[in-house]
Amino acid sequence: MSGLSIENLSMRFDIPGGGSVQALQNINLHLKEGELMSVLGPSGCGKTTLLNIVAGFLAPTEGKIVMNGHDVVGPAAERGMVFQQGALFEWMNVRENVGFGPRMKGMPKYDMAEKVDHLLEVVGLKDFKDKAVYELSGGMQQRVALARCLANDPDVILMDEPLGALDALTREKMQSLVLKLWKETGKTIILITHSVEEALLLGERLLVMAPRPGRIHKEYRLPFADLGVNADLREVKKHADYNSTREEILNMIWNMEEEIMGRAEESA
Amino acid sequence: MIPALIYLAIFGISFAVVYTIRARRGRNDFTARKTVTFGDESAVAPDRAASIFSVITIFLLWGIFTGSSLVPGWLHMPGPFAGVAEFDYTARNADGDTDTATVTVLVHPIDQKPEPLEVDPGDGWAKNDNALVGIWRSGLVRVDRNDDFTRDDGAEVIEVNGQPISPGGEVRTDFGRIAMSPKGTLNVEPAKGWQMEPIWLPSPEAVFARLTEIAQEGFRGSTLWEHVGYSLMRVIVGFFFGALVGIPLGYAMGLSNWFRGWFDPIVEFMRPVPPLALIPLVIIWAGIGEAGKIILLFLAALWIMAIAARAGVSGVKISKVHAAYSLGASKWQVMRYVIVPNSLPELFTGARVAMGVCWGTVVAAELVAAEQGAGMMIMVASKFQNTDIVIMGIIMIGVIGFGIDVLMRMAERWLVPWKGRG
Ligand SMILES: Nc1ncnc2c1ncn2[C@@H]1O[C@H](COP(=O)(O)OP(=O)(O)O)[C@@H](O)[C@H]1O
Ligand SMILES: [Mg+2]
Repeated sequence: MSGLSIENLSMRFDIPGGGSVQALQNINLHLKEGELMSVLGPSGCGKTTLLNIVAGFLAPTEGKIVMNGHDVVGPAAERGMVFQQGALFEWMNVRENVGFGPRMKGMPKYDMAEKVDHLLEVVGLKDFKDKAVYELSGGMQQRVALARCLANDPDVILMDEPLGALDALTREKMQSLVLKLWKETGKTIILITHSVEEALLLGERLLVMAPRPGRIHKEYRLPFADLGVNADLREVKKHADYNSTREEILNMIWNMEEEIMGRAEESA
Repeated sequence: MIPALIYLAIFGISFAVVYTIRARRGRNDFTARKTVTFGDESAVAPDRAASIFSVITIFLLWGIFTGSSLVPGWLHMPGPFAGVAEFDYTARNADGDTDTATVTVLVHPIDQKPEPLEVDPGDGWAKNDNALVGIWRSGLVRVDRNDDFTRDDGAEVIEVNGQPISPGGEVRTDFGRIAMSPKGTLNVEPAKGWQMEPIWLPSPEAVFARLTEIAQEGFRGSTLWEHVGYSLMRVIVGFFFGALVGIPLGYAMGLSNWFRGWFDPIVEFMRPVPPLALIPLVIIWAGIGEAGKIILLFLAALWIMAIAARAGVSGVKISKVHAAYSLGASKWQVMRYVIVPNSLPELFTGARVAMGVCWGTVVAAELVAAEQGAGMMIMVASKFQNTDIVIMGIIMIGVIGFGIDVLMRMAERWLVPWKGRG
């Protein structure tokens, strides 16, 4: 079966002093090839944990991840990752960062240079090839991170709040770029965010998670990502369903947060 | 005490002068517009004018207290008395007769031994005397020895320059002080002034002259450059082997629990032991030759480099390692392209510290025992009271240590430009 399956996934962290945290409980999910899913939820609901298990950095306590028919046992080039800022290699310039994956595979220099040039053009950084990454702005650094991930041609791209540290304007531009790259490359993407707007705009599917234990609360299928590919994101926000869905999700998360606070007060 | 007061005075006056001039001229840079500067770390930068004044002040103080020809003479502190001094003494013999005679003292530079001045014995039973006293020294003068009645005849000196004097007492004169010993001998002590005797502190030009002399003629069978070269060679070889063993050790400690557990007690124990404390043991084990010194510097650099490498590995951001694995890197590639480059800034910081410690340690080790080396040079010189060589050596050791640090910093900027910018 092609695509990515998350099967009966549970994750429990044992805390050194005794006790444990049920970070994820019985998650089941299937992503078809080329789907873009955004994941939303109050902080601490296990989003990062879920992504780290899919990436292969963590082994789940129960269940498994199946990708294109084989079990995931560790990180691999088929599942690329885009982190929040700070995961670029500052000892390499922009070109070397983007060419890192191909270089590790031993791709011939000439092919690699061509690929890097192309990707830098796609993300709009062609004039910054030889710059050091620390000379770039936060938005540009995330463009490099995207290009670096794409250079490796992964089947699935995992993003953990990739735009979380950017200012509002840069963020909007980057959201358009993500949509454009998604359509052009046809990659499967899982994108974690804590912005409801971002989840709505970018998520063809939108997963709302609930905390303690981390679980899937509700799933949406949304038209906005497809609309956004060819339109201004601000236009998309004027869509009739946009605001009502946004209100609904905001309420949902608001209530979860209230519940967490309530429980905290009870136990205190 | 007086040098300290002068120093403080120059500090305060130059501050007042520079700030007054600046206030007149008016400044309009960014910091000048800040209203909050006290406590704002970014508003504090070294004032270059202060640095210049500071260096000048040190040489100025050095110059005026040593009578240096580099500073104008009117700035000199009063120097010691030199030249010919005279005083009268009055003696009384056993019969109660008194007579007065003159003593002529030639106060001469201590490195010369001039002929005594010729004096006319004069009339009366007390005869005129002459004496030689070195600058900064004092001398006993038996004024009664050539008199008709000496101490053995019951004569005694009762006045100097008309002022009464008795055993244990003293009389001030225009050139210094005359004291009387318990036995009645006069002790001539010309004024020492406020300048330092070269044996305590030679003048800057004397130190410089010694530098050129030793640079040309060498010291103890080796040229200056050989002495410095030996010290540097020991530092470089010791540091090289320390880094060669310490860096892999630190990496292993940063990457493996077993290595970390095994070497933690050793490294944590050795870290606070100052390398100087190892000198006696190293001498017992390896002797005072080159091997001993290099082992000592190896040990000094080893722990510093191991700790730096360990910190460099532990300091890698996990997202960078994760990113590399997701991009298809193998363990070896993660090591080669992520962990090692990520640790370079820490390694450089460690190397700078290690070089500084090694330089200090080699000098100390050479002070203890060596045939050549900067430390040996100043130690031997101090035994012969060659203060100029000692001071020259200290300045050279400082300049070289500073030079090493500057070179390391330049290499750092060139090789790890991303330091602190991840
Ligand atoms: N290594 C860990 N050890 C113990 N608890 C952890 C660990 N990682 C995450 N957790 C816990 O698991 C829960 C989910 O964390 P995380 O996946 O980071 O949430 P999110 O990304 O949604 O904010 C949190 O309660 C967190 O405290
Ligand atoms: Mg998270």
